[in-house]
Amino acid sequence: MSATELYPANEVLPRNERIVFNLYVISVLVVLVLMMLFGLTMRMAQGTWINVPPDLFYQLMTAHGAGMVGTVGLASSAVMWFFLRKYVRLSLAIFATNYVLFVLGALAILASVFIGKYAGAWTFLYPLPVHAMNVWSPHAAALFMLGYLLIGVGFLLFYLDAMLAMIRVYGNLGRALGLQWLFGGNIDPAHPKTVVASAMVAITNSIGTLAGAVVLVMCLVNIYFPAFTLNALLVKNLTYLFGHMFINASIYMGVIAVYELLPRYSGRPYAISRPFLWSWAASLVMVLIVYPHHLMMDYAMPQWMVIMGQIISYCAGLPVFTVTVYGALTNIYRSGMRWPTPAKLLILSMFGWAAGIVPAIIDGTITVNKVMHNTQWVPGHFHFYLLLGVLPMVLALMFHVIGSRAQEPDRATDKLGFPLYLVGGLVFVFAFLAAGHDSVPRRFAVHLPQWLLTDQVGSIGAILVIAGMLLLATRIVTGLLKAPVHADPAHAAG
Amino acid sequence: MIMQNEVWIITLCGIGLVTLVFVWVIGQSGKAPAPEQLQQTSNAIRRWWFLLLVVAGIGIAYATLRPYPIANQRSNAAAAQIVDAVGRQWSWQISPTRVKAGIPVEFDVTSADVNHGFAIYAPDDRIVTQTQAMPGYTNRLLYTFTEPGKYRVMCLEYCGLAHHNMVAEFEVVAAEKGDQP
Repeated sequence: MSATELYPANEVLPRNERIVFNLYVISVLVVLVLMMLFGLTMRMAQGTWINVPPDLFYQLMTAHGAGMVGTVGLASSAVMWFFLRKYVRLSLAIFATNYVLFVLGALAILASVFIGKYAGAWTFLYPLPVHAMNVWSPHAAALFMLGYLLIGVGFLLFYLDAMLAMIRVYGNLGRALGLQWLFGGNIDPAHPKTVVASAMVAITNSIGTLAGAVVLVMCLVNIYFPAFTLNALLVKNLTYLFGHMFINASIYMGVIAVYELLPRYSGRPYAISRPFLWSWAASLVMVLIVYPHHLMMDYAMPQWMVIMGQIISYCAGLPVFTVTVYGALTNIYRSGMRWPTPAKLLILSMFGWAAGIVPAIIDGTITVNKVMHNTQWVPGHFHFYLLLGVLPMVLALMFHVIGSRAQEPDRATDKLGFPLYLVGGLVFVFAFLAAGHDSVPRRFAVHLPQWLLTDQVGSIGAILVIAGMLLLATRIVTGLLKAPVHADPAHAAG
Repeated sequence: MIMQNEVWIITLCGIGLVTLVFVWVIGQSGKAPAPEQLQQTSNAIRRWWFLLLVVAGIGIAYATLRPYPIANQRSNAAAAQIVDAVGRQWSWQISPTRVKAGIPVEFDVTSADVNHGFAIYAPDDRIVTQTQAMPGYTNRLLYTFTEPGKYRVMCLEYCGLAHHNMVAEFEVVAAEKGDQP
């Protein structure tokens, strides 16, 4: 197998794997479109184009936040599974269990929100879930948390299986990360980048998920035994450690698609290097200790933690700017690159990640955070690197897979869907950033008249994104449901 | 220049620079393969790029952390003006509601129920500063107003169904002669 072979035989999905993978992909696309529609509804309500009562607005906000974070996590776990299974033996049963637990958890969350009226936001910040002012019951809040727990258990099983599989092949997780080559020695050029990234994600997000489980259990006990009170600052620390870790793990799982696929479209090998190993080792530590940048306005936080939040926020940009994005650009520079849809999406993902962390890093400065925290600047930057960064990584894999099955040139729908998604995405995120510049708060159901322009521009952007996403998603689903042309690995095309 | 405008310009320049680099590299991507020494050239550029970012990061961190931008929470020295602010679903209790410009104000901010955000909006609708209002903790926010006028406090931490209605107002008046800054 050549390093740049487009559809290597060891990526062919046997029947059962294909069924589970298709379930992941189709479910992810359906939920993503639904959550995008929730988001559009909120932006149009803020822009006064439609009338949405505040109780429904905050229910939609809660479902959108939890749904998007969870679904992006599920989608990128499919990316990690798809590539990691080539190097280590992963359990299909556990991958399928993760899916089942996710669906059960999502159903619990949807029931909690739309039947139980729970509207405590994805952050479920203590003690809001039990201070509902008679809007939702304690049972609705508990059901929401139970949904999170189910999803967390699924992810934890997936990571434990991945860690076990990597230990079987590489001896320990340190060797899977390539730590033995940090200070010298000849790096094995065949050591997969996918294994390095997967080991990092499995370690860090297991810790993040456990932090989430601890805080969820604490809150559940508090719901049914109110005498068991909690420290609000401790709960907030655990919540943001979990939340920050989970969404960052999605980026780190998604970027595996770039490492694996980009060299195939550029035709140039994408070699592993010492800076690459250093960047993942450093990111492993940084992603776990950077979360205090979410708590800069909690003045009761220890000063050293807040300063660490700012400095590590800056440092966290280094691996992105000097290794991953830089490496991707070097890989395509004067490479005779081909530009089918997966290649466009891969480069878009690198752009969205690099550009999106610019406003994020700036907001990680305490002085800036004092005027930008919890304004629309925040959804501006995280939508930038999620909508234009992580989702294109996931979509790139999906298009690559259907490309391996159909062997046909891009259709007109792809050519229209991509620019709609790109232009709409840029309009959408810049409307948020402009609103943040104007001090417009995030998470407000009702906006002042002077804030409506950015809401309305953002709504137009969201409509374009959803139109593009519908075109791309339809193409992926129809492509996936076609019979694979390479069911027999002996006939895989090179 | 106000902070939000500085942030906006830096952000647009940063994103613009990223965009230019991508457009240039994409424009080059279809051209004939680069010479053999591409990897060495790329590594050399990366080293300088890394060094530039590290130096810039250290400089910005130093400039923005000295003096430390958050008031000492354990200080016993009370400011000349003290305002107590208590958030609860869904209103603010602020006392007093009139302070003087040019003299430091200490806001002692807490919550009687859930987490709230205590953001002060100037008459031109821009946030001038903020802190969180958290049950069980009192956050000490120091700020010196430069412009008299009506200021508003809005809750910036989601706190339930009337979160967006949690607005209060206070007045900043010009300091009189003899007032000590």
